[in-house]
Amino acid sequence: MEVGAVVCLPRLSRVAVCGGTHGNELSGVYLVRELLKVKKKVMVEEEEESVSVVIVLSNPRATQQCHRYIDTDLNRCFTHATLNGPLSDTTPYEIVRSRELNTLLGPKGSSQAVDLVCDLHNTTANMGMCFITYSDCDWICLHIFRHLQMEIPDIPMRFIHFDVSNKESYSLDSVGKHGFAMEIGPQPHGVVRSNIYTAMKGGVQHMLDWVRLFNSGKMFKGGFVDVFTMVKHIDYPRDSVTHNITAVIHPHLQDRDFCLLHPEDPLFQTFSGETLRYKGNEPLYPFFINECAYYEKGIALSLARKKRVMIPPIQVETS
Amino acid sequence: MSSYNNTARLTEARRVAIFGGTHGNEMSGVTLVNLWMKNSDEIQRKGVEAKPFITNPKAVEKCTRYVDTDLNRAFTPENLSAPGGDELPYEVQRAQEINRVFGPKGSPDAYDVIFDLHNTTSNMGCTLILESSKDHFNLQMMNYIKKAIAPASCLVLLNEHPLLKYSTSRSVAKHPVGLEVGPQPQGVLRSNIFEAMRVILKHALDFIELFNEGMEFPSCTVEVFRVSERIDYPRDANGNIIAMVHPNLQDCDWEPLNPGDPMFQTFDGKTIHYQGSGTVYPTFINEAAYYEKQQAFVTTRRETLVASAIRKA
Repeated sequence: MEVGAVVCLPRLSRVAVCGGTHGNELSGVYLVRELLKVKKKVMVEEEEESVSVVIVLSNPRATQQCHRYIDTDLNRCFTHATLNGPLSDTTPYEIVRSRELNTLLGPKGSSQAVDLVCDLHNTTANMGMCFITYSDCDWICLHIFRHLQMEIPDIPMRFIHFDVSNKESYSLDSVGKHGFAMEIGPQPHGVVRSNIYTAMKGGVQHMLDWVRLFNSGKMFKGGFVDVFTMVKHIDYPRDSVTHNITAVIHPHLQDRDFCLLHPEDPLFQTFSGETLRYKGNEPLYPFFINECAYYEKGIALSLARKKRVMIPPIQVETS
Repeated sequence: MSSYNNTARLTEARRVAIFGGTHGNEMSGVTLVNLWMKNSDEIQRKGVEAKPFITNPKAVEKCTRYVDTDLNRAFTPENLSAPGGDELPYEVQRAQEINRVFGPKGSPDAYDVIFDLHNTTSNMGCTLILESSKDHFNLQMMNYIKKAIAPASCLVLLNEHPLLKYSTSRSVAKHPVGLEVGPQPQGVLRSNIFEAMRVILKHALDFIELFNEGMEFPSCTVEVFRVSERIDYPRDANGNIIAMVHPNLQDCDWEPLNPGDPMFQTFDGKTIHYQGSGTVYPTFINEAAYYEKQQAFVTTRRETLVASAIRKA
């Protein structure tokens, strides 16, 4: 690919902003409520607006109870298999809901799907603002990320890539033609911190501004983005009988998301004070360090490789 | 209040309980108690029977604050004497069981001391919670702990407020002591928070051992923060929260809040100011579990209490 060749992409006519996919991740819950309120007040003609924005509270029952989920994690219910399997009286609430969302925002994989899904999340890990996507070459998402980096320079921002095929992709953001999770931490679940909320509000606003600019024909220059590609997860050491954890994230690692972890660096501290070290053979970047919801998924931290991705200039297609 | 010359003679504190998991998702206490139930070497002291105990096992298993109702509000006289057995909410059944084993509350058979281990999402650091300004044993213990961990800080929160005081698990004992360490998200175990709680308990047990051996603790003063008022989030007509703790107040537990200072920030960016009549010291700022209890923070006032000299009878 020639550096300088502008890539032309279809306009983004419909964008979805989703919050409360996990009902206790409150920045997204309150932001979606606020955006719905504002939308009611501002009576803008749809034709005037270059983009139609759908604002969704993804998991209303879990939000009402301030729980991550009712029966099962909604953000794992968007595989093709789950979306198209049989339904019964005992189908978990979140699977019923994932189909409703697929009807509203999809169908996943079809030409009717929304152009972009931005799914709002919080984490107890000290990750700053992160975009999480399935692709390291979705120029729309990468350009939006770069735009936010430039517009909000005082917030640490990283682009995380899970190398999962479209067939296996499982999260809400995979329903749109383009999609990403906007993950901001640290924030305890069940709490809204004003600095985190404000960062998320700014992130969503700048994203929508970018979409309007893109649709209006602006050409966005190419450049580079550092992409963190997930390599593996590490679980806590556990008791073989009770399965309870027997060590805690080491104090030298706690809160050090995206600080390079070298072989032999401290990883865990047992309750008797012993240090357990990272035994991998390459240095990797840790993230989701001590995320509350991942204890039950067997993840103490995730590890990523960093690479520099060159992104081409892009502009909206004119037909 | 005793005069400085009188030493209060108190019965020895032999039976001591350490409660974890009163809220099932406050992980430091759950982890410490499970550890000590497996191996109690660390909590052994001469002349002290220290019993670690998980108060709310079902909530711990689900990693949730409570199953039916908040256990740490359940120890009311009505609940403790309620008939109904299995039909009662789970935590009321638990309260009755705990009262049988460690109480009865208010009787001479009750445990001498109960430490109840808690975490908070608020930036409270290490906090000891006192339920009575006249509990000279507890005041002396708290003074001992504060001196032992200095220069690290451990503050004392006094909740004797007639309306805001609540019926805690620890209230079953003659000398109830709350340990609240934060900030830590619910469901998460942080090593620094875990170790801080462990160290406080170590000093607390040391104090009891020394007291039981006959050491006299001279009269002392203890600075406390007395609970004054509960402040809720601003809400709309439907009861929905319409503002967040202001960034200037967030994480500023124990720092002075003056009339006119920013207190809340609405979701569309406006500031709401504190309208009280004087300076207060807020705490429990933005505690996750208190959204449903209509509490954004509590205000406290600083006070100095005098503890009489004490000695084992």
